[in-house]
Amino acid sequence: MSTTHVISSRRPVGESGGRIVRYTLSERVHHWLGALFYIYCLITGLAFWSPYMYWLAAIVGGGPTARFWHPWFGLAFTVSMVWMYKMWDRDMRITEPDRRWSKAMEYYVKNEDEKLPPVGRFNYGQKLFFWLMLYGVILLVISGLGLWFVESIPWSLRWLRYIAVTVHVIAALATIGGFIIHVYMSTAMVRGGFAAMVRGEVSAIWAKTHHRLWYEQVTKDTRDSAQGR
Amino acid sequence: MSQSTLAIRRISAHAGAAPGENVERDELVCKLIDTTTCIGCKACEVACLEWNGYTFTETVFDNSYQTMPETTWNYWNLIKFNEHEREDGSITLLMRKDQCMHCADPGCLAACPADGAIVQYTNGIVDFQQQNCIGCGYCVSGCPFDIPKFNPTTKKMFKCTLCVDRVSEGLEPACIKSCPTGCLHFGTKDDMKDLAETRAKQLRENYGIEKAGVYDPAGVNGTGVIYVLHDITNPEAYGGLPKNPHVPWVVRIWKGPAKWIGNLAMLGGLLGVTLHYLRYGPKEIDAEKHEGEKP
Ligand code: HEM
Ligand code: SF4
Repeated sequence: MSTTHVISSRRPVGESGGRIVRYTLSERVHHWLGALFYIYCLITGLAFWSPYMYWLAAIVGGGPTARFWHPWFGLAFTVSMVWMYKMWDRDMRITEPDRRWSKAMEYYVKNEDEKLPPVGRFNYGQKLFFWLMLYGVILLVISGLGLWFVESIPWSLRWLRYIAVTVHVIAALATIGGFIIHVYMSTAMVRGGFAAMVRGEVSAIWAKTHHRLWYEQVTKDTRDSAQGR
Repeated sequence: MSQSTLAIRRISAHAGAAPGENVERDELVCKLIDTTTCIGCKACEVACLEWNGYTFTETVFDNSYQTMPETTWNYWNLIKFNEHEREDGSITLLMRKDQCMHCADPGCLAACPADGAIVQYTNGIVDFQQQNCIGCGYCVSGCPFDIPKFNPTTKKMFKCTLCVDRVSEGLEPACIKSCPTGCLHFGTKDDMKDLAETRAKQLRENYGIEKAGVYDPAGVNGTGVIYVLHDITNPEAYGGLPKNPHVPWVVRIWKGPAKWIGNLAMLGGLLGVTLHYLRYGPKEIDAEKHEGEKP
């Protein structure tokens, strides 16, 4: 969807303080819908996971309410993941620059970004998180249906019930791990990331620093179109 | 049902101790079912419905005497009829009263995620507290006997209560009361165990039923409902009574080590990102390096 990355009309790019559109309105809406659905599943799921977190059910209306809505929000989250897949599939494929970047990831963790090779619109870590959530939700929805309609699984096939529980828990924990890192990085660690997903824009310098290949691509695209090519 | 009159030994998904955890009662209650004298009259089925206030609903005819294929949320007591071929080729009808077994180690209670939705009283009765049930169905996965059943209207689970409301008032369960042959008995676990063993011995010694024995499975630490069977080596023949029932090991791991591993992993993740922030801080764009450009 790289064609959507037009330069904001407010200030021209290249000059100091130029802004670049990083996420379109549609991308932001889908991202936040997904976040809402996921967080609901997370809160209610954790309530059932441990007696010490059962109080979490109270903040969404109590145990029976949480139980009623968890699978429905799970389905909504599944739909929203499918949507994000359609939206970001091409941007999220792992490329050669990503592989180079992944070998130098240590510098990213240590905030020594100047030692990193340039990357495109998303870096390797962001892409991994995307694929983790996508495959995660596939496992969650299949096993979730097993938990939802547990009585429809006949007694003779009850091993399926046990597999459903196991898969649901493992997939949920895996996505929770990714989610913790995702939230940390996009709010506390990478300054400007959260604002980008809220307002949709980043500064040119932000783009140049964190996603140089993407920056070069969009500035070239805009220059080209400005010159009517 | 009547939480107020009985002390509670175990509570499902309870973050803390149960009030009756350290209570040592001399007597556990127990129901004894002697399958060798059951005539399949279904008086107990009717008594169960009557006492618990359910009306008879439509049923599925399965080409057998059995009222329906399995117990349902509003039909807790079902005589299972099984044609069985003896070694000499003759046919016999095995009849077993199926209901909640009231395990000493209840798998439903272990699996349940809702605080107080399943309790075990100090007299051994395992009881669902529907007001706390969230209808998740975990108990279905936890039960080794396929007993808890879901009411889709109220979204709550139901099963035999061992007539805890009667028992706590000093009465015997409704099914016991109705049995015309006396194949059902109710009393303390020790007494019932004695009676059952005596009966099994009698069957072996006086009637030549060599494999007669008592079903009180050790895998769930014994049950509050025990059977005298003609053939203790083949309980499966009695409508799928499991030979060695136990709480599924997946449920054990899920509710035991997996909980701790998962919780530690989540805590570790939170701790990890916090430490990362303290050690490396945020990625700020170095303004000096990009002079004149506003981040
Ligand atoms: C994708 C569709 C999903 C479906 C159909 C689904 C369904 C279910 C069902 C039926 C249960 C049993 C208890 C309950 O209903 O609350 C459950 C439990 C749970 N779910 Fe989901 N779920 C889905 C997605 C998710 C997601 C996205 C998460 C995110 C973390 C999640 C986390 C959990 C957890 C932690 C539990 C509790 C496991 C336990 O008790 O140990 N689920 N889910
Ligand atoms: S459905 Fe079963 S496991 Fe779930 S809350 Fe109710 S009693 Fe507990």
